[in-house]
Amino acid sequence: MDVSITVNHQTQHHDVEARTLLVQFLREHCLLTGTKVGCDTSSCGACTVLVDGESVKSCTMLAAQADGRRVTTIEGLATDGELHPVQQSFQANHALQCGFCTAGMVLATVSLLEEIPNPTERDVRLGLEGNLCRCTGYHNIVQAVLAAAGQQP
Amino acid sequence: MIPAPFEYIRAGSPDEVLRALTEHGDEAKVLAGGMSLLPLMKLRLATPGVLVDAGRIEALSYIRDAGDHVAIGALTRHRDVETSDVLAAQCGVLRAVAAQVGDNQVRHRGTLGGSVAHGDPASDLPAALVALDATFVVRGPGGERIVAAADFFRGFLETALAPDELLTEVRAPKTGPGGFAYQKFNRRAQDWAMVGAVAVRNGTTRVALVNMGSTPLRAHAVEAALADGASIADASEHAAEGTEAPADINASPEFREHLARVLVRRALTEAHA
Ligand SMILES: Cc1cc2nc3c(=O)[nH]c(=O)nc-3n(C[C@H](O)[C@H](O)[C@H](O)COP(=O)(O)OP(=O)(O)OC[C@H]3O[C@@H](n4cnc5c(N)ncnc54)[C@H](O)[C@@H]3O)c2cc1C
Ligand code: FES
Ligand code: FES
Repeated sequence: MDVSITVNHQTQHHDVEARTLLVQFLREHCLLTGTKVGCDTSSCGACTVLVDGESVKSCTMLAAQADGRRVTTIEGLATDGELHPVQQSFQANHALQCGFCTAGMVLATVSLLEEIPNPTERDVRLGLEGNLCRCTGYHNIVQAVLAAAGQQP
Repeated sequence: MIPAPFEYIRAGSPDEVLRALTEHGDEAKVLAGGMSLLPLMKLRLATPGVLVDAGRIEALSYIRDAGDHVAIGALTRHRDVETSDVLAAQCGVLRAVAAQVGDNQVRHRGTLGGSVAHGDPASDLPAALVALDATFVVRGPGGERIVAAADFFRGFLETALAPDELLTEVRAPKTGPGGFAYQKFNRRAQDWAMVGAVAVRNGTTRVALVNMGSTPLRAHAVEAALADGASIADASEHAAEGTEAPADINASPEFREHLARVLVRRALTEAHA
């Protein structure tokens, strides 16, 4: 079937099988491999992207369900070569180790801060409960999110 | 993991869903948010030949004050339930329970109707709807029927819905902004409840249990004890009566029965505070 998705402001039109997952569409058809597959069972959040601005797990959504919608991946967050404030904050606060969870963490954070612009630490921990970090760098991740929200951690 | 091949039909209206279901019979499955169905399809535990995507039917996504009850469209997402002003004022318990489902990503896609139609006794919202004595509006080829929550859940992943029927609306009685509690016990964030207990006060006090049998269950013995004037502590001791708690990697039936008693006591205490 024809699926057309606006990925990072660009129309991506591909003829795919109906069973194609959104993450496959992004990685294998759009060749955007910044989105990672961790668990592949909707538990870890590594595959998180934004659909119409809201975080979703792209391993548990069909490309067909995103047809006609706006998708943002980690490749689409920077503007004119300047990192998104959340990316900058992850860098400044050393919120990544191996980096495998990072794209998903950053996008989950962008969505969270859209919904709760001034979160408490508890809001951040609950808001990111769908994202696992195997390097267990949660402390710095939470600090980075609070810093990105403009709060002194 | 990729689902087995299927034919994909995007429905624009409830009638289009019903037509596709009638045409394809047992082969077809409705897709709402996909948060339960897609994981099953990826594991090939479900292999529908036809997937009827109802996820874009705007007409089934609403929360409105309907006089003596709140009407919620089946395709309303958990996120919209959890942030609804109408529910905050008229049925606070549903808002609070929706906020406990999975994680943000899951709540951005999963729907109230999907939670109900899936019929998983470990799900949070069905127990709340059982405690509320909610009713469900079901549409099939022969028209519409109304099913009480108490008659809807038949067994593990088994409901009163026929394969050619669509759940269109959930009707929740107005219980006001407070007077409820939901105690959900799990060991990891984001997980399903090992056991959960919902208490709702609305004239009488009603209690329902998550994951204590093959369906969400009313704790009738607790309710009866309370109606007879028993204290919360004494009434809660009846919480495991009439249940059939499952054994799994998380807990033995005995541990679940213990949890039920403790969680019911906590829920009642909180709901009466
Ligand atoms: C990581 C993760 C964590 C989760 N944690 C929890 C949790 O803590 N608590 C909890 O309660 N749930 C949890 N869930 C499940 C979640 O609540 C699902 O959203 C919900 O169970 C199903 O809703 P859906 O809209 O996604 O339905 P779908 O997955 O699309 O459908 C589920 C089933 O219902 C049928 N169906 C859906 N809508 C209708 C309708 N209107 N009429 C007829 N049939 C219909 C489908 O055919 C299918 O059989 C979790 C899910 C995930 C992926
Ligand atoms: S890869 Fe999608 S949630 Fe883990
Ligand atoms: S940084 Fe390695 S998984 Fe999170």
